[in-house]
Amino acid sequence: MSSSIAITLKQCGRTFASGHTALEPIDLRVEAGETLVLLGPSGCGKTTTLRLIGGLETPDPGGRVWFGERDVTALPIEKRDVGMVFQNYALFPNMNVTDNIAYGLRIRRLSAGEVRRRVDEVMEMVGLHDFARRGVDELSGGQKQRVALARAIAVRPKVLLFDEPLSALDAKLRDRLRLEIGTLLRRLGTTAVYVTHDQAEAMALGDRVAVMERGRIAQIGSPREIYHQPHSAFVADFIGSVNRIAIGGTRDGWLEVDGGRLFCPRLHGADHAYCRPEDIEVGDPASAPISGRVVQSFFLGQSQRLLVDTGGDAPLQVEAPARRQWRRGEAIGLSVASDALFHPHHPLTFGQAAAHG
Amino acid sequence: MSLTSHHEARSLSGAAADVTTKAARRRSYLGTLRRQPAVLLALVPALTFFCAFWLLPFTRLVAMGMQPDKNSGMIAYWAVVAQPQYLYSLLWTLLVSIGVSLLAVATAGVAGFFLARNRFRGKAMLVAMLTFPLAFPGVVVGFLVIMLGGRQGALAQFSMLLFGERWMFAYSLAGLFVGYLYFSIPRVITTVMAACEKLDVSLEEAARSLGAGTWRVTRDVIVPALSPALISTGAICFATSMGAFGTAFTLGTRMSVLPLSIYSEFTNYANFTMAAALSVTLGVITWIALSFARRLAGGSLGASA
Repeated sequence: MSSSIAITLKQCGRTFASGHTALEPIDLRVEAGETLVLLGPSGCGKTTTLRLIGGLETPDPGGRVWFGERDVTALPIEKRDVGMVFQNYALFPNMNVTDNIAYGLRIRRLSAGEVRRRVDEVMEMVGLHDFARRGVDELSGGQKQRVALARAIAVRPKVLLFDEPLSALDAKLRDRLRLEIGTLLRRLGTTAVYVTHDQAEAMALGDRVAVMERGRIAQIGSPREIYHQPHSAFVADFIGSVNRIAIGGTRDGWLEVDGGRLFCPRLHGADHAYCRPEDIEVGDPASAPISGRVVQSFFLGQSQRLLVDTGGDAPLQVEAPARRQWRRGEAIGLSVASDALFHPHHPLTFGQAAAHG
Repeated sequence: MSLTSHHEARSLSGAAADVTTKAARRRSYLGTLRRQPAVLLALVPALTFFCAFWLLPFTRLVAMGMQPDKNSGMIAYWAVVAQPQYLYSLLWTLLVSIGVSLLAVATAGVAGFFLARNRFRGKAMLVAMLTFPLAFPGVVVGFLVIMLGGRQGALAQFSMLLFGERWMFAYSLAGLFVGYLYFSIPRVITTVMAACEKLDVSLEEAARSLGAGTWRVTRDVIVPALSPALISTGAICFATSMGAFGTAFTLGTRMSVLPLSIYSEFTNYANFTMAAALSVTLGVITWIALSFARRLAGGSLGASA
């Protein structure tokens, strides 16, 4: 399926009849074959954006949607040739697994033989070959979502749309299906838009991630860019955990902070520095640049999360190796590498790839 | 990708465990009932009422129908099907009721769906007006039909003006049909509107995303999802039409529907045996229709569990 197409949104906004603006006019481009993840808290406009692309919503006047070279703004979803996967599976309860998957193919009036061949093919792809005659009520949540996925890809759509497809599943299954969907999307090479509020899902599946906030795109970029160079405190906070460290003063490249100092000439003049818990290194309290006391520790299995009081407003979150046990009140030394510190208004200019639009 | 992960297998056995605990809970509930005479004591008024006003008279009614009809000498139940006047009454009543139910479900089903899905100015008013006939007794419905299609009705006056003759339908089978339709429509509309609220919109969106147009979505998604509601409301319309008395009585239709037959056997001819047999027949047919409706409504509720 090499003929994937790009999606372009120009000044697409959506205001509902109630006067509520779900989406400010946005510009967005999804490259051919790319998987773009729309990430954000509920009410940020991510689902509205997805529905605009799918044709379930119409943009406010002035907004336009293109599939490749074709303006599809006026086309309803049934004419757009998309495949859609919903959070609640949306399987037809009056049809069995095969009939669900074959539905779009029968609408396209393919011959019975072709329908059978294509249904077998996608059932194999999603690992459902033994379930052809089952009723949809006899399936577990994970199996249902596999049927929904098979149904969407069976018609070989130009665009695949996912509306929080894993949110109704439990954690273990979610991880598994996330990997399977990722593998499948790369194999198919179909342009895909994926809505989620789960940052781990966004990181794992997205070629690019658009973080949305209150009807706007706060930042769009590769998962690495979004994670390591967030453009705003909102993005930094939404994707993973982040420490906000107040800077008291600066001298010779050193930042005065609670509990000690940090070396980072780049952040001269900033009032705060941010860093991820896993970028803070634990060291000897006597020689480390910052010292504090362990307030609490949470064992996570592969690591542990420490809360360290350095005298600031909030304790620092530190991701520490799992083996060493910390007592409450124990002295601890911390250090942060210069390029792991960031501030939205003082972007990195060296050491890592520069952000590109 | 192997399919039944550990996890799913576990959730399946979890569901089975859930079923057994439910059964256990039901058993222990019955146990409590047996152990507490106070509960049984509380049931006494209801049981008394049931025996006095249902079981005793109904048993008598059923027994009475076994006796020979005083005109033909046949067992009264047999006379219902063997004597043309009763058989025709039964068949016509069935026919009118089935026809009314089908037409009401078809037309009011569409209207109910439209009303549930669209917002417009004056909608609340329109729904209130459409469901108003529920407040009328059959006599008033019959009266309304006469106002429309009777000797002095709107249609008669209109046709008199245009063609110099009076057109009437109120006293014929058509009048009866219109009257029954009139009180069936609100039942269907309210039921269908309620059922539409529970429709899963994402099913329609999924069908559309796969290329289904309005007609296919209606046929493949909406009608199947609404069918329990449509069938059960249709059965209720049928039962209501079967037993409707006031409308038919007011219209004085030449064709005697079953409730009218019962009435006249009872009051005009004092033929209690025949009246009993006809009553039991009517009751059984209506009961079958209603229990059918109830089972469908219950089935649709059970399906989500």
